[in-house]
Amino acid sequence: MPSATDSSPALPGGQRPVPPPSSAPGGGEGGRFLPSRKKGNLTDQFYGMILKLFGLTLPLLFVFIVLRIGQEARPAMEAFGFAFITSTEWNPVLREFGALPFIFGTVVSSFLALLIALPLSVGLAVFLTELAPRWLAAPIAFATELLAAIPSVVYGLWGIFVLVPFLRFTVQEPLSRRFGDTIPFFEGPAYGFSMMSGAVILSIMIIPFISAVTREVLAAVPRSQREAALALGATRWEMTWQVALPYALPGIIGGAILGLGRALGETMAITMVIGNRPDIAASLFAPGYTMASVLANEFAEATGELYLSALMEIALILFGITILVNIAAQALVWRVARRGGAA
Amino acid sequence: MTRPSPRKPPPEAHEIRPAVEAKDFSFWYGKNQALKRVSLQMPDRQVTALIGPSGCGKSTFLRSINRMNDLIPGIQHEGDITLDGDSVYRADQDVVALRKRVGMVFQKSNPFPKSIYENVAYGARVNRITSSRSELDELVERSLRQAALWDEVRDRLHSSALGLSGGQQQRLCIARALAVSPRVLLMDEPASALDPIATQKIEELVYELKEDYTIVIVTHNMQQAARVSDRTAFFFMGELIEVGRTEEIFTNPKVEQTEAYITGRFG
Repeated sequence: MPSATDSSPALPGGQRPVPPPSSAPGGGEGGRFLPSRKKGNLTDQFYGMILKLFGLTLPLLFVFIVLRIGQEARPAMEAFGFAFITSTEWNPVLREFGALPFIFGTVVSSFLALLIALPLSVGLAVFLTELAPRWLAAPIAFATELLAAIPSVVYGLWGIFVLVPFLRFTVQEPLSRRFGDTIPFFEGPAYGFSMMSGAVILSIMIIPFISAVTREVLAAVPRSQREAALALGATRWEMTWQVALPYALPGIIGGAILGLGRALGETMAITMVIGNRPDIAASLFAPGYTMASVLANEFAEATGELYLSALMEIALILFGITILVNIAAQALVWRVARRGGAA
Repeated sequence: MTRPSPRKPPPEAHEIRPAVEAKDFSFWYGKNQALKRVSLQMPDRQVTALIGPSGCGKSTFLRSINRMNDLIPGIQHEGDITLDGDSVYRADQDVVALRKRVGMVFQKSNPFPKSIYENVAYGARVNRITSSRSELDELVERSLRQAALWDEVRDRLHSSALGLSGGQQQRLCIARALAVSPRVLLMDEPASALDPIATQKIEELVYELKEDYTIVIVTHNMQQAARVSDRTAFFFMGELIEVGRTEEIFTNPKVEQTEAYITGRFG
């Protein structure tokens, strides 16, 4: 099959040769957009162009957003340099801007949320796919997915009036009395509005995502794999733990990272319950502050170019962390999937 | 692919005590009756082939022996199947223990995405047959030898089972089933997805394994049934039409439907 360069001589000046209006049958000269088709069809070319446009829009938008935020963040970068992400001082009045408490708040609250949500979600998914009778599984699955439809601000309100008081009086105060002196995670006064409240509310918000993905991947475990285990005398429990879950592991990791990504970016609900104090404390009872929260709370009253620019830099860091998490997730999923096949 | 050594005719069923016996066994998926009062004796250390057109109930029957159909909602049965006289369907039957005694090889090879070694060792681990490493090594080697796979994989026991060819994967699945030391081996069209050479290997294997195991094999391939089995049972529309010594079924069937099927007039 002759290639395009064989059948159409190059024009002087490096110009791309204009393809002849119709190709000979079996000429094998592919169109630019759909190489397997005969080229020359105007409609095809038109569609190809439109689709290319659509395909490029989102990456371009992405690049544009990053560039724009980066540009806005430049004054802060120039003023503070690397110290911006290592400094814990956030005092707009004195024009001191350090982002570490926010990075700490975002990362810690999100990972704690994942820690709480992952076992619950996987347990729920295993129950629904492996154990529950159909008449029970469908309504529970539906109810779980409804959790994802609740607006963030409603979670926040519920958090303020239900979750925070509950955690304060039922969980934090007894823990504080009993372990406050010995375990640093439980020390200090129990305000209710705290890292713990933020993590719990985030975990509730991401459970629907993680459990939905886990259910999907568990349901996709081939019946032949399950039967192989059962036919060898495995119990259902062993079949689930030794065959179904390992088989579904890459997907479960993917679901967990999806949840983590949502937790990192979640703003409204956590802002309403985390306490919004830019401190780094070991105690789960101490208030914290997240990157998303500080952006939402402070951009409106950010006076002065440097203040606004510092917020922009925080936005850029949040963006960067989210992208890193997603890349890490891809790498992890890929590695686990490969290990399953290659070891 | 004829065997070089002439076989002596296998004894009649009643001369050997049956390892597996179905008595008036009927089976329903919901309202759909898949098996109608099947009574069949599968003699000890012989190969019984189940043949018949698609949907005739032969696979359902096979999967009823180790209660693999239990997973499907809405099933019902009547009658019974016994394994060495022990009712498979008695109320207090331990299905997990039952499946240890009745190994199964599936139509499509289904190795776990683990190493060759771990695949064979799975049954031993899950049934806590042994925890000693050296015993496990021995068991894995013995099972792979029994499945005529050892020489091909001895140098890569710890590489992925998914790297094996289709025929090797199926023999690995046989080794995995043998590692649990089952009494009976059920094979559901074990060679239907394999090329002729791999198929021949599986058939030779079946021939050797019947020294130690009672084998029930479902097959679509009439020549295969003729080659590997001692007895053949012909199923049609959920009924057992005819059963007898394989030579007789293929040379001198008593029922016309059987003859029509084996000569290729339908099915």
